[in-house]
Amino acid sequence: MTGEKTKTVPYTVPVGPIHPALKEPVMFTFTMEGEQVRDVDFAPGQTHRGIEWMGMRRNPVQIVHLTDRICGICGLVHSLAFARAVEQVAEIEVPARADYIRTIMGELERIQSHLLWAGVAAHELGFDTLLYLSWRVREQAMDLIELISGNRVNYAMIQIGGVRRDITPEQIPKIRELLSTYKGLQEKLLQIFLRDASITLRCRDHGILSPQMARDLCVVGPTARASGIRMDVRVDYPYAAYGDLEIEPILPDRLTGEIRGDVYDRIIVRLLEIPQSIDIIEQCLAAMPEGNIIWEPKLAKLLLTLKKAKGEAVGRHEAPRGEVLHYVRMDGKESPTTWKVKASSYSNLMSWIPMLRGEQIADIPIIVASIDPCLSCTDRVAIVRGTGRSIMTKEDLHRLSVEKTRRLQR
Amino acid sequence: MKPTPSFNRSLWVFHLNSGSCNGCEIEIVATLMPRYDPERFGIKLVGSPKHADVILVTGPVTKKMADRVKRTYEQVPDPKVVMCIGTCGESGGVFYDSYSLAGPIDDVIPVDVYVSGCPPRPEAIIHGVVKALAKLERLEAAP
Ligand code: SF4
Repeated sequence: MTGEKTKTVPYTVPVGPIHPALKEPVMFTFTMEGEQVRDVDFAPGQTHRGIEWMGMRRNPVQIVHLTDRICGICGLVHSLAFARAVEQVAEIEVPARADYIRTIMGELERIQSHLLWAGVAAHELGFDTLLYLSWRVREQAMDLIELISGNRVNYAMIQIGGVRRDITPEQIPKIRELLSTYKGLQEKLLQIFLRDASITLRCRDHGILSPQMARDLCVVGPTARASGIRMDVRVDYPYAAYGDLEIEPILPDRLTGEIRGDVYDRIIVRLLEIPQSIDIIEQCLAAMPEGNIIWEPKLAKLLLTLKKAKGEAVGRHEAPRGEVLHYVRMDGKESPTTWKVKASSYSNLMSWIPMLRGEQIADIPIIVASIDPCLSCTDRVAIVRGTGRSIMTKEDLHRLSVEKTRRLQR
Repeated sequence: MKPTPSFNRSLWVFHLNSGSCNGCEIEIVATLMPRYDPERFGIKLVGSPKHADVILVTGPVTKKMADRVKRTYEQVPDPKVVMCIGTCGESGGVFYDSYSLAGPIDDVIPVDVYVSGCPPRPEAIIHGVVKALAKLERLEAAP
């Protein structure tokens, strides 16, 4: 604050890092002109826990439990991507049944995550009744996840070489029951979200991300699809059981016949992905083969194989928020030599800047929430040791990453 | 300071993420939803620490958040209760050997109630709040 009497535009509004909107800390600095956002900057990094560093000191089976805790909403995606990378390095073949169980869990997770997001979006719009509705129906998915895995969050389903728990015949009717409940709800959710006059007014043509911008910023997942980019790792690079199934990337024109890349389109994509996941689970239940659920149930044997493994690989998965990518390099040692995690929000966060420019201050929460941001998986160290500076330019970062790659190649 | 009777009838909680994995936040929000409906006991999530009676701290306290956790704690008016939700706030949990931790939480601010679990179930969180109430009642009964 300056002592001057008159304050000239633009003025700066800092928000965060602790703020009531998102559940995670992030610091925004808005440059405002009246009610309008002229520019925005943000500083993540508050929840950085150094997971990759810790992982490189643990063995792959221990890392699987660490990957569960990269993000509490995506309890499966990171462990799946990591396990797939390690399986490729160690040339482990996953039994077909395990692949189907992985797919079913992945889709159940998408359903609960999108419902969670729908509730958060409704809350940001000031529509708390809808928040309560979405989260109440989400509890049914959580119950099923708990029935299958024993946990509501951080399910610990994945093991390298397969899954840790089978889906028993008694559970299948329960799964079907849930799917039909959700099918019945779908129309209601679409009706409330898409035909409500105030939601339409607040979301149509706000927070636009053009297809060009989406490509330039390399956004992924529903954020990219809502801007008209046909990408979905499940279709583009099938893995687990996805190769056997019928899946089409969901773009908003399926419902409205047009693509505008606004908040409304992002709501459409996520809401339509819930029935898509239901359909995928049904296909899986119909085609699921019998057999083993894990390549090697004895941990000691598994660890011995992993200790001998040499090579590098990338594991990918289409998380509810978009592609996650794990790069693993193993050199015949107890722990991986390199482990790199690229979470989906990492690619999506930068799209806040073009989306927020020119918008009203009251629309900031819903636009920020519209990409379904998650910071616990994304935060990097913000201060680089030895440089004496806290801000790095693109060129600095590029130089540092080239140096690091060289170091790793030696 | 002694808590007043109205204080323990209606607890307003503020949630503070000190670097958690999100699992505990999700369970806290799930606790506040219609299935468990703690609002019937007057438990309500508020947007500012200045309105709160209880702060729920989740996560292992990263170095970057340590000072902010302290400052938020100071902003909560007395009498207050601090609840640590989740194993990683108790001991570091899976992140115990990380280079970027300043916590567990009780290294940074004093904690009254610990709720274990990674993440704890909503029932456990409600149980923790009941414990917090009991503690406040004890405080009140003391001369
Ligand atoms: S206790 Fe577990 S679930 Fe909760 S924030 Fe920590 S790691 Fe995540």
